[in-house]
Order: sequence, then C-alpha cells, then structure tokens
Amino acid sequence: MGMAGAFLVLTALAIAILAPMLSPYSPSEVIRDEEGRGMTFASPTIHPPLGTDDAGRDVATQLVYGARISMTVGFTAGLIAMFVGSLFGISAGYFGGRIDNLLMRTTDVLLVIPDLPLMIILVATLRNLELHISPLVVLILVIGLLYWTSTARLIRSQVLTIKERQFVARARAIGAGHFHIIRKHILPQIMPLIVANTVLILSTAILVESGLAFLGLGDPTQPSWGTMLNFAFNRNAISNGAWWFYLPPGLAIVWVTLGCVLLGNVLEEMLNPRLTMHHLEDESRMVAVREGQPRG
Amino acid sequence: MSPGWWLCARASRVADTPLLSIRNLTVDFVLPDGRTSHALEEVSFDVHAGQTLGLVGESGCGKTTTLMAVMRLLPSNGRITGGRILYHDLDLLSLTERQMRAYRWKEMAMVFQSAMNALNPVMRIDDQISEAIVLHQLMNSAQAARRVDTLLEMVGIAKERGDQYPHQYSGGMRQRAMIALSLACSPSVLFADEPTTALDVMIQAQVLELLKKIQEKLGLAIVLVTHDLGVVAEVCDTVVVMYGGKVAEYGSADRIYNDPQHPYTQRLLESFPDLNKPGEVLSSIPGTPPRLTDLPPGCRFEPRCHKRIDVCAVLAPRLIETSAAHYAACHLCEAPETGSR
Repeated sequence: MGMAGAFLVLTALAIAILAPMLSPYSPSEVIRDEEGRGMTFASPTIHPPLGTDDAGRDVATQLVYGARISMTVGFTAGLIAMFVGSLFGISAGYFGGRIDNLLMRTTDVLLVIPDLPLMIILVATLRNLELHISPLVVLILVIGLLYWTSTARLIRSQVLTIKERQFVARARAIGAGHFHIIRKHILPQIMPLIVANTVLILSTAILVESGLAFLGLGDPTQPSWGTMLNFAFNRNAISNGAWWFYLPPGLAIVWVTLGCVLLGNVLEEMLNPRLTMHHLEDESRMVAVREGQPRG
Repeated sequence: MSPGWWLCARASRVADTPLLSIRNLTVDFVLPDGRTSHALEEVSFDVHAGQTLGLVGESGCGKTTTLMAVMRLLPSNGRITGGRILYHDLDLLSLTERQMRAYRWKEMAMVFQSAMNALNPVMRIDDQISEAIVLHQLMNSAQAARRVDTLLEMVGIAKERGDQYPHQYSGGMRQRAMIALSLACSPSVLFADEPTTALDVMIQAQVLELLKKIQEKLGLAIVLVTHDLGVVAEVCDTVVVMYGGKVAEYGSADRIYNDPQHPYTQRLLESFPDLNKPGEVLSSIPGTPPRLTDLPPGCRFEPRCHKRIDVCAVLAPRLIETSAAHYAACHLCEAPETGSR
C-alpha cells in the first residue's frame, strides 16, 4: 500500500517537474487545424492524447502544467499548516497554563467555523483589498493558516504525555532551558507524528485548493487542476459531452490525494508500531516489532 | 546493623563549614481544588563535603520534595514559601531561573530513582551524558566524548556500550549510567533519590558500593533518600528523619541508631528486622501518615504515637538539641521530668 502511495505521489511530482518536456505545446497555445481554425472541444480521437478545450488548447498540456500549480499550492500550504500546527501544539502542550489556553481557544474557534465558507470569504476579501499579491499566494496563506488546527491538537496531546515523562524532569535538572528540552527531548519523540501527519495534511491541502479553484478562486492565468474543472464547468464541457476536459483533472486530483493518504497511513504505522499491534497480541509479533524499531 | 568502623572513620572528618545548608525550608502545594498541601515545614539540615546525609521517612513525608525544592525543580503548583537554601553562603532562592540553571548539575546533580524513566529512551547513553557537559559549555564535544568514556569506565560500563540505547542496558547498568550522568559536570553535591529501590539486592549493593567509592575518590557530598534503614546505617554519616513534612530527628547516624530520641524514630527502628533475632514478629506503626492538607494541630505524629502526652495534641514541638549535634522535635525531650526517658 505504501509503495502504491509513494508511486502515485512520485509520478505526480515527476510530471509536475518535467512538465515542459512532456508536452510540445504551451498551456495557452491554441491548437489549429490545417485551415488555421482553432479546434474547440476536439475529442481525443481527433487530437490525441486528451483532446482540446473550448478555446482549442491542449488538455494534456494544461493537465501537466496544472500539476505544477496544484502541487505547489498544496505542498506549500500543507507545510505551512504543519509548521504552524507543530509550533502551536508544542507551545500549548509544553508551556501549558495561559499560553495553552490562548492557543487552544483560538484552535477551538477555528475548528468551530466551517472552513470552506470561511476560506471563500477570506480569499475573496483579500483579493478585493488589491494587495498586489499573487492569487496563488493568497490561496497558499489562507489554506496554510487555517488548516493547522487538527495538527496542533494532535501534537499538543502527544507533548502533554511526553513532558510528564521523567527524562524531561531530568533534562531540567541538568540545567537545560525550555528551548533545549523541546529541541532535544520533545521534538525527536513527536517527529514521526509530524512526518506522517504532514503527508496526510498535504492531501487535504491539495483537495482544498482544488475545491477553491473550482469555485473560481484560483488564478485564471495559472490554471491548476481545480481551475481546469472550473473552466470545464463554466464553458459547458458537460453539455457538450467533452468528458476529456473535466475527467482528467478530476482523476489527477484523486491520484495525488489517494497517493498521499496511502503513504501517510503507512508512514504512521511504520513510525508508530503501536498502532498496528495490541498489547495482548501474541509475543512473537511483539518481539518482531521491537527488533525492527526502537520504540518511543 | 552496627555502624561499624566505617562510620567512626568518617565521623572524624567532619568539616566545620557546611557546603549546603537548608534553613527553615517551607513548601506548599496548591491542589487543583484550591486546598493547600503543606508539603514541607521548617526543614533544616546541613550537608558537609565528603559526607553522606540520609533522608529517611515513610512515603509522602517530603523526602523527594526536599530534593526538588533544593534544585528548584518543584512542579508548577509547588511554592517555596519560606526558608533559605545556602550553597557556599549563597542563597539559591535569590537566584533567577536563568542563574539557577547554571547551578543545576554543575554544582548539584541528581541520581533518579528509576533510571529507565530518567534516561531518554530514544537517545544514546553517551549522547545523554555529553548533553549535560556540552550544555554547561564545560568543554567542546571532542573533549566531552573522552570525558564520557572516562565516566562510563568509572561506573564500570565498557565505553563501547556508550553508543547503545537505555533499553539495551540491564537494570543495574542503567542505574550506573545514571550515576555516570550525574557525575558528568563534577558536581559538589549529589542527590540520590532512592537510587536502589527499583533494583534487586545484589545490584543494590553494587550501586551503593559504587557511590561510596566515587565519594571517596571525588570528595562529594551525598544526600541519600531512602526507605531502607539498613542502607542508611551502612553509608550515612548523618541522618534526617522526616515525618509529615517536618524534621522529626536529626543527628549523626551513630546517635540516631543507638540513642533515638523521637518516638517515631524509635518505632521505625523497631520495625526493622534484626538479624540477631530471627523469627521475631516485627512491630509496625499503626495508622498512616497525616494528610498534608489536613494536618493535626499539634505534633504531626501525635495520632500514631505510643508515648503521646496531653500537650502533643495542641502544641507542635520545636526542634531542640537534645545532645551535641543531635536534634529531635518531641515534647518528651523538651521536658525530661514528664517524659518516660
């Protein structure tokens, strides 16, 4: 399963990186027939491999270039979310008291508000402010700064248990400051959690980006997969029967998110063997697990 | 269990100025329900260089709290509400947290009860020892690595095993690694919080032997917290008997064993098996230690005391010197004419 997930993610990444080599056209180039007319909604049989869209542009080219936009936005936003989530989770869990209260109540507020409407409003408002930031950056920031809540909670709970362990008291006794304790004793123990969670958050970020772009909040000059769907929907691809326009980006989104989820779940099991075994399970298995990996 | 020559030999080298002196240390804990637990009240004792002080008493009488208070590592709901902790005439309670950090481990280190829990399971042993050295910037990491090897050898662990993780060590080895870790920054005072409780008798003896050897070699002061009166008799020069967060009796090990003044100490010694009288039924002290949120108004031992007199229920006894350098907190010692001894 993990291998399949890694394969899905890696192929998508490779396609995004190698986009210019995979397609002879540019994403905005109009494909013309012998008489110089733009070929609109040409089916894959007429213009392989994936036909053209309403303006006669090559769908396959848009798809590979769209991978760049989708994955850049998804990955950057996911990493920001992970960073903010880890920072808030660790601070809240480790310092406790007032800091914990402040951070966790903020988290509660963000958890309670439905994310999609909130993000639509935020993106729309930020655009109207004319801050001269690229719409993609707005998208990245909004997703990244709203999707850290579950991560923060997860990490906080883990930090709460670790900071009560005696070796943390011992680290204080050797004269270590808070930063040293967090870096040397807490972070290594929650790193597996962070890694596995990052991969899972990436899939969410890509999915959310597609959703927002589909609703028209993407950058029309740099179409992602979501923007492609938006175009297809607005320009009657469905009533024209141009399935090659909307099906490929949809499947591509499924491809990447499925890959991330499969990879994330397997990573989580690998890095935290306790998930897959039960303390009453037969001993042979427990020994085998222990030999494979020093447990946190 | 006679203290023997070893004690006598040590008694002769009593230093005159104490290294660490704790005066009237009072610690309160605020419980989640708002009540206050008086964990320590007016605890005073001196620790001299090269000597071992035993801190004995039942569970929950404040032994570990005393150590933690001296290191200023009390949990967040604990407050030192009074007293002074003088280290070389410097009051540790007047330091800021940042200044205090420099004293921890460099001046006073601690051997924790359970080495398995006190060592980080996902860090190699040598890394954990050098962590303390590098943290205090005593030397660079190459020198620290050599020092780690020396320390491991000193506690009898092959230096090749330094790059292993705690779970690859046996129980005794872990405790010895913990001792090596505690010596990393050459402290002057070593707090040993029940260092042998989790170990079997053979390993206990080894660990105590090791502590003794290290003390002789490095001239450390050791504060040994333990339940085991046999251990105290064997290694301690002075003994502090604690009960309910207060010092019940304080004096040289010799005096405490041979002439206990406080009824609690007397009962504690009686409830310890005597090798010379096998088969005798051991006596026990009925009742339980007082709850620290709900202390008796008079002497804290009064409800369980077999020698209580009227005044015990209303007035808390002061710690008085019954003979030279031997203190007890009991009304019977204050007024010999009303007491039984």
